[in-house]
Amino acid sequence: MAGHRLTRRNMLRSGAGVIAAGTLSAPMVHAQGTGGTIRVAFWDHWVPGGNDALKKLCADWGEKNRTNVQLDFINTTGNQLQLTAAAQAQSRQGHDAISLSPWDPGTYADQLEPVDDVIERLVAKYGPINPIAEFLVKRNGKWRGVPATSGTQAKPACVRYDLLQEHAGIDVRAMWPAEGKMGPGAETWNWDTFLKAAEACHKAGVPFGLPMGQFSDAVDWVGAMFLSHGAHITDEKGKPTIKGNDKLRQAVDYGVRLAKFLPNDVWAWDDASNNRALISGRSALVFNPPSAWAVAKRDNPAVAEKCWTVPMPAGPAGRFLAYLPFTTSIWSFGKNKTATKALLEFISQRDSAEFTTNTSGGYDIPPFPSMADFKIWETQSPPVGTISNYPLKPHHQAKYSIAFSPAPPELAQQMYIQALNTKVIARVAQGGESIDQALGWLERELNNMLRG
Amino acid sequence: MALDATTVTAGAASGAPARPGLTLQRFARRRSTIAFIMALPLIAVIGGLVAWPAGYAIYLSTLNRRMTASIGLENFAILLESETFRMVIWQSCIFAFSAVVLKALLGFWLAHMLHHIPTKGQRIWRGMLLLPWVVPPALSTLGWWWMFDPSYSSLNWILNAIGAPSVPWLGEPWWARTSVIIVNVWAGTPFFMIMYLAALKSVPDQLYEAAAIDGATGWQGLRYVTLPMMRNIISITVLFSLIVTFANYDIVRVLTNGGPRDLTHVFASYAFQVGVLSGNIPRGAAVSLFMFPILAVVAFFVLRGVNQRNREMA
Repeated sequence: MAGHRLTRRNMLRSGAGVIAAGTLSAPMVHAQGTGGTIRVAFWDHWVPGGNDALKKLCADWGEKNRTNVQLDFINTTGNQLQLTAAAQAQSRQGHDAISLSPWDPGTYADQLEPVDDVIERLVAKYGPINPIAEFLVKRNGKWRGVPATSGTQAKPACVRYDLLQEHAGIDVRAMWPAEGKMGPGAETWNWDTFLKAAEACHKAGVPFGLPMGQFSDAVDWVGAMFLSHGAHITDEKGKPTIKGNDKLRQAVDYGVRLAKFLPNDVWAWDDASNNRALISGRSALVFNPPSAWAVAKRDNPAVAEKCWTVPMPAGPAGRFLAYLPFTTSIWSFGKNKTATKALLEFISQRDSAEFTTNTSGGYDIPPFPSMADFKIWETQSPPVGTISNYPLKPHHQAKYSIAFSPAPPELAQQMYIQALNTKVIARVAQGGESIDQALGWLERELNNMLRG
Repeated sequence: MALDATTVTAGAASGAPARPGLTLQRFARRRSTIAFIMALPLIAVIGGLVAWPAGYAIYLSTLNRRMTASIGLENFAILLESETFRMVIWQSCIFAFSAVVLKALLGFWLAHMLHHIPTKGQRIWRGMLLLPWVVPPALSTLGWWWMFDPSYSSLNWILNAIGAPSVPWLGEPWWARTSVIIVNVWAGTPFFMIMYLAALKSVPDQLYEAAAIDGATGWQGLRYVTLPMMRNIISITVLFSLIVTFANYDIVRVLTNGGPRDLTHVFASYAFQVGVLSGNIPRGAAVSLFMFPILAVVAFFVLRGVNQRNREMA
C-alpha cells in the first residue's frame, strides 16, 4: 500500500518522534527520587578561579543530597547582576536563589523568602552576624537572605609602606604588625596624620589614589571618613540633620582639604582607577580589598612586595572600615525553597566559608566576625602578613560601616547610589561653591528623595 | 477603470441572493480585511514591543517607591523640583541637539566627498567610513574610554609628546560633556553619511546640467538644487537620529557614569541610576517618560513638514 511505503520522509518523521519521546522521558540523573533541581545565580568573582569554591561546594552538597544544582555566575560589570535581579523580580520568574548586591535585599524584600531559621542556627554556632549585613538584609524583623562570604569585601588602606616611610616618616608595618595587636604609634593613625601624609606624598609625586567620583570605592571611603567624624546626613528615621551640623561641615571641609593633595582627575575615577594607580607604582596608598595587591603580585611584583594593608584612619568619632557585603536570597516564587535554604546553610558553615575565602586568595570576608581568624590572611605574601589586617579584628578598635547608615536603608540606598557624599565635596572642591551652598543642595536633594 | 477585488466582489454579489457563506467570503476578500490580516503581525509586534511597554512605563510612573499605591503624577512633580533633574533635561537637550547637528553636517560633508569619488574606489571608503556605526557602541566606547582614561589617556600621551598639556577629558565638566558628544558624533556620523549619499545619488544629473547652463555656481547648485531635493531625507534622518541620541545610554554609562557631579547625565543614564540602581523604579520610569513629550513635539513638526512637501510635489 502506498500509505505504508518506507519513504525517506516517513523515516525522518518516525526518527524525530523516537528522539522526542526519548528526550522527554530521560531521567534527571542527579535528582532521582529526592531533591529535584535548584538554580542559583551567584556573583561572578573578580578573582580568577574565585568561583571554583562555590562550584565545588554546590557539587558536593548536590551529590550528598541527591539534588541537581545548576549554577550561573553573573558579573556586576555593566550592572548585569542588578539587571537580572530586577528582571526576575518584575517577571516573578528565574533562579531559585540569587546573589544580591548590598542594597538589593531591601529593594526586593517583599519578594524574598525569610530565612530566619537558617540564620538562627548559624548565629547559634558562630555568634552574631556583622551588624552592617544585618542593617542591609533584615527587613521588618525578618532576614531576607543569608549574608554571603563570596564577594563580600572591606576596604582598608593598602599602603606602599616604603613610600609612606620615605616621604611621610610613617612606618605602617610597625604600627599595624601581622601579630594581632597594635604596634607603637598606631594610636596616631588618624585622619589628621593621614592628611599630612597625603600632602607629603603628593609633593613627592606619589599622591594617594582616592577616587572622588560616583562609583562605590569613592562612596565607601568617603562614607567611612564621614562616620569617623560623627557626620550623619540624616538620623535613623531619615530626618535630615544637615542644618547646623558642625560635624558634617567638618567632614566636608576635611574632604575638600584632602582633595587638594589627590591627583586632579580623581573626580572621574572609577573602581579600577585606584587599583591601576597602585599597581603602576604611581600611588602610595589606596582604599581597596586585596585585589589591587593581588594583581600587582602578578603584573608588578616589585610593587606588591612593598604593600601592607592597614585599617582606615580614626576620626573624632572612632575608626570605621568600609564594608560591602553580598547576600544570597531566595525568591518567594522559587520552586525549591527548602532545598535552597539547606544549600545556603551549607555554604555558610565555617569550613565552607574558609574554603571560599582561601580560593579567593583572602578577598572574601565571611559575615561572622568570629571567622576573622582564617589562616590565609596571616600567610599571604609577599611580604608575609601583608593582608593580615584586611578583615576587621578586635585590636583595630574599629567598626564595620556602610556609607549613609544609620539612615533607613531605602533612603540610604538612594543617597549611596547617587553618591551624595562625594558630590557634596566635589561641589566645593571642584565646583567652587561654598560649604553652605553645597550643604543647601544636599538638603534639597535629600528632601526630594524622601518624597514619593 | 481598473478592476480591483472590491469591485469584482460587489458586482458578483449584486446579482445573487445573499447567502451567509458568501457574505463571509466577501468579507474575507475585501481589501481592508486582507490588509488588516496582513498587517496583523506588525500590529502584534508594535502592540507587544512598543504600546504595552509604553503603557506599563506610564503605569509604573504613577506608583510610589514601594510600588504599592498610586501617587498620580507626583513623581513628575518631584522630578521637576529637583535641581539635578532639571540639569539632566538641559544636558540631554544640549547633548542631543549638538550631537545631531554635528553628525548632520559631518555626514553631509562626507557624503559629498564620497559622491565625487569614482565608483570603483568609493566602496572601500564607504566601508571604512561605516565602521564606527557598525561596531557595537559599548565596545567602541570602551576604546574611547581608554583614550580618555583619566590617568593613562593615550590622547594625552600624544599631546604631551608634542609639548601640549594634558586635557582632563573626563574629569572636568566641560571636557567631559565634549568627550561624550565627540564619541556620539563619531559613532553616528556614518548613518547620516550613508543616508545622504543615497539621497545625493537620487538627484537627477539633468537638474545640475540645467543649473550649470543657467550659470549657477557650485554653491548655488548646492543651495537651490541639492538641498531642496534632499529636504525630506534630511528631515527624516535628523528626526530618527534625534530620537536615538536622546535615548542614548551606553556612551554616558561607559565614559563618565554621569559624572563629574551629574554634569554629563542624560535621561537614559539618569533613569537607570534612579530606577534600577537606587531601587526607585517608578521614578526611573518617570525620568524616561520625560523624553516623550520633547520628541513628540519635534516629530510632529518634522513629519508635518515632510507631508507638506510630499503633497506639494504630488
